[in-house]
Amino acid sequence: MQNTMMKRASELLADGTVSRVLGWKNGEFVYDPTPAVFKSVEALEESFVYHDFCGSNLSKYLIQLSKLEGKTLVFLKPCDSYSMNQLLTEHRVHRENVYIVGIPCDGKLDPDAVRASGADGILGASVEGDSVKVDTMYGEVTLDQADCLLERCKTCKSHKVVVFDEMLGENGDVNPESARFDEVEKLEAMTPDERFTFWRGELSRCIRCNACRNICPACSCEQCVFDSPTSGVSQKAAAASFEENMFHIIRAFHVAGRCTDCGECSRVCPQHIPLHLLNRKFIKDINTYYGEYQAGVEEGSRAPLVNFTKDDCEPNIIYKGGSK
Amino acid sequence: MRRIGVFVCHCGTNIAATVDVKTVAETLGKEPAVVFSTDYPYMCSEAGQNIIKDAIKEHKLEGVVVCSCSPRMHEATFRKTVAAAGLNPYMLEVANIREQCSWIHKDIAEATAKAIVLGRAAIAKVQLNAPLTAGESPVTKRALVIGGGIAGIQTALDIAEAGYPVDIVEKEPTIGGKMTQIDKTFPTLDCSSCILTPKMVECAQNENITIYSYSEVEEVTGFVGNFSVKIRRKARYVDEDKCTGCGACTEKCPVKNVPDAYNLGLSNRHAAYIPFAQAIPNVAVLDAEHCIKLTKGKCGLCSKVCSAGAIDYEQKETIVEQQYGAIVAATGYNPINIDGYDEFAYSQSKDVLTSLEFERILKADGPTEGHLQRLSDGKQPKTIVFVQCVGSRESGSTHGCGKEYCSKICCMYTAKHAILCREKYPDTDVYVFYIDVRTPGKNYDEFYRRAVEQYGVHYIKGMVGKVAPQADSTLDVQASDLIANEQLHVKADMVVLAAAIEADKTARPLATMLTASMDTNDFFTEAHAKLRPVESPTAGVFLSGVCQGPKDIPETVAQAGAAASKVIGLLAKDKLTGNPCVAHSNELKCNGCSSCANVCPYGAITYEEKDFSRRRDGSMIRRVTSVNEAVCQGCGACTVACPSGAMDLKGFATSQIMAEVDAICK
Repeated sequence: MQNTMMKRASELLADGTVSRVLGWKNGEFVYDPTPAVFKSVEALEESFVYHDFCGSNLSKYLIQLSKLEGKTLVFLKPCDSYSMNQLLTEHRVHRENVYIVGIPCDGKLDPDAVRASGADGILGASVEGDSVKVDTMYGEVTLDQADCLLERCKTCKSHKVVVFDEMLGENGDVNPESARFDEVEKLEAMTPDERFTFWRGELSRCIRCNACRNICPACSCEQCVFDSPTSGVSQKAAAASFEENMFHIIRAFHVAGRCTDCGECSRVCPQHIPLHLLNRKFIKDINTYYGEYQAGVEEGSRAPLVNFTKDDCEPNIIYKGGSK
Repeated sequence: MRRIGVFVCHCGTNIAATVDVKTVAETLGKEPAVVFSTDYPYMCSEAGQNIIKDAIKEHKLEGVVVCSCSPRMHEATFRKTVAAAGLNPYMLEVANIREQCSWIHKDIAEATAKAIVLGRAAIAKVQLNAPLTAGESPVTKRALVIGGGIAGIQTALDIAEAGYPVDIVEKEPTIGGKMTQIDKTFPTLDCSSCILTPKMVECAQNENITIYSYSEVEEVTGFVGNFSVKIRRKARYVDEDKCTGCGACTEKCPVKNVPDAYNLGLSNRHAAYIPFAQAIPNVAVLDAEHCIKLTKGKCGLCSKVCSAGAIDYEQKETIVEQQYGAIVAATGYNPINIDGYDEFAYSQSKDVLTSLEFERILKADGPTEGHLQRLSDGKQPKTIVFVQCVGSRESGSTHGCGKEYCSKICCMYTAKHAILCREKYPDTDVYVFYIDVRTPGKNYDEFYRRAVEQYGVHYIKGMVGKVAPQADSTLDVQASDLIANEQLHVKADMVVLAAAIEADKTARPLATMLTASMDTNDFFTEAHAKLRPVESPTAGVFLSGVCQGPKDIPETVAQAGAAASKVIGLLAKDKLTGNPCVAHSNELKCNGCSSCANVCPYGAITYEEKDFSRRRDGSMIRRVTSVNEAVCQGCGACTVACPSGAMDLKGFATSQIMAEVDAICK
């Protein structure tokens, strides 16, 4: 796949269709590839990579890149394409300045999960069917793919790239069977006290590195409320330990209805806080009270929380637990 | 911290009986920012206002909190008061300790504590108030009246008389409305057409009035003083300027079996037609649904006989776009469909009529040329039964089409029908079955009394349960007499049902276009049920006639005049002062996502590509929101939809609301 992508990118760069390519290059280790912009065929050949650790969602970078002159080629996996549509809906990306190449995806690997499954000193990995062959400093290890996937890929919602100019390879389908709300249901089944203890425990690990916010395609405000000197909350010492917890709750409210569930927040969290569960709770509630809604499935869709229809349920129904 | 003054009103005993106003004033006086605090029996009185003015000067107040009635009542008063003392009028906050406190509490201690909290919240808010200045917008000196019945006609005439151009949009081919179909009018029994048609002619002749008949409002944008309206002129296939109304086309038209809407389908008309003799404009219409030329491409007879060359089979509907300063809704009513009232045998017998159909029978240009005849056999009915409240005053309607309200006009027109029958045909027996006879109005009860005493109409309190057509072509009316407490059977030749009236159903989309609200019965809602009865809650949109609620002709005409005077008052102004409490966006925070524009009910939000380039940053063009302050009504929907916190409402800023909440939770 890497070669196919590089070949196509080189062609489009060479014929002037695009001025730059947004893809990945390897980081310090093979398992931490980083998003990178390539401006020439030479640059592509030097460091462009695409492999099973390339999980990061590139769509948010286009907010800035699409403001530049000339088109930017971007490779989008299915879940990234939902983010792209959401950004287009919110007029954050200039569509005419983006050339989208859709790439199919069968799940990306989580280096932590690979390590936890018994492969230390990762030098490379390749998925073959249901297993993963991991090349390590201590020799080759074969693992179950299911054990090594990123959290979001284990409950993949869609293999379908929803916006693209061209597809490389076969486009997939939406997966209605996704069990992505199972974890949410477990939380819902808890008593309020249990749930509070659970979240206090998880959120207590937060170091406020802001990685979740910075990676989040829905967090695209010109000025984040947490950075605004007039908000009264920026750069201030926490007066109580609960304040840091509020950061995540407020952030979840801010992206409610706009979050496509791309799972990047949990992927990048250095403290392994399952932040996606907050967002999924909102998505599940919206589905319950206002009918199925997937942000980013099409450009221009009106999220139920900023839309009004006569069929909307009354708030008192929500308090009772919903009608639909 | 600003220097705040607090003024606690007793409102006589309205507040003081339940709230310990002295304690409220004393406690609030100890708040850090408060430099002056007092109470007074009537803050809104001149003496009360003077206390505020003097305190502002003496204590150099920068903000004023009045604890009194709802700001809906006296906010405007107190704004003027503080402005007179040199403060910006928006440096005032009113804490509502009457409607939201003294009136709903019984316990003095509780109410006093709550009043203090409400006062604290207002003090916290006024700390963050910013001086606001209202913007101005120009006024287009032209009015639009939607609906050409007596309500629309009277409104248009009054506006035109004051010297302003006014357009009437009427969906039917002629203006005149329901009044054209009515025979006589109560309580004077003068001929409806005779008093209406002069007004119709006046509309046609008045230089300030333009009539768009056979037209409908397609789109309304803009705001008070600056509405932009698209009017769809339906194709009538006749050139209005050329047609002389000679009627040659209607005579020659071979299609003769189209139900005549003017006669409520009791007779037929041609496919080429002029609705009635006094139609304004007196121009023919080709009924596209039934015209052979328009449906099958053949015929063309009307074109051959038209000496004016006015027939135009190729005519297309056109859109007229016009600017208006004010819009009046005068969309009128219709009788309800009474098919659901099968017990009255309406669908089974031609001799069971609605009251409006009975008007057509009585009127000289109706299907019987004014002779009282049964439609089944042409015989003169000897016994007529009138049934009141068919579909009116029905709570928990089992028929599915009944209305809870009183249609208001039925008692009087039924008395009129009864009198007309008895006067012209003294050998007729007339029965009226009623729940109540409601006759408030000048000379109305006298009129009804005449029907009973002078004309010998049998008024029976009780409802008709069933009308059964008999083999001898009479109608067996089964009813109860509540006063005699007995069941009756009346052998009638004709039954007339006083069907309830309902607001014109087609006005609903119009209300949406006008952002004017409607109640559950589709009547337009007035801005205030008592004090602003002819204004809609949307500025610049006024209400005339039955579209606001059931009323008879004199009431309609009075309201039409009132609506006109409101319009004239508006058009007489060169500039309108806006409400400064509108939304505004912090461009540095706005990311152009359109959430605000999507939720704005007034279309007040647009976007622009704005250059934020600074020398060092290089080019930075961003899509940012822009609020049209004249259109914005300050509802605040955008402020909560904005994901970035860029949108805020002047006078009700998020920071102010949070300060109030903080003060309450302290």
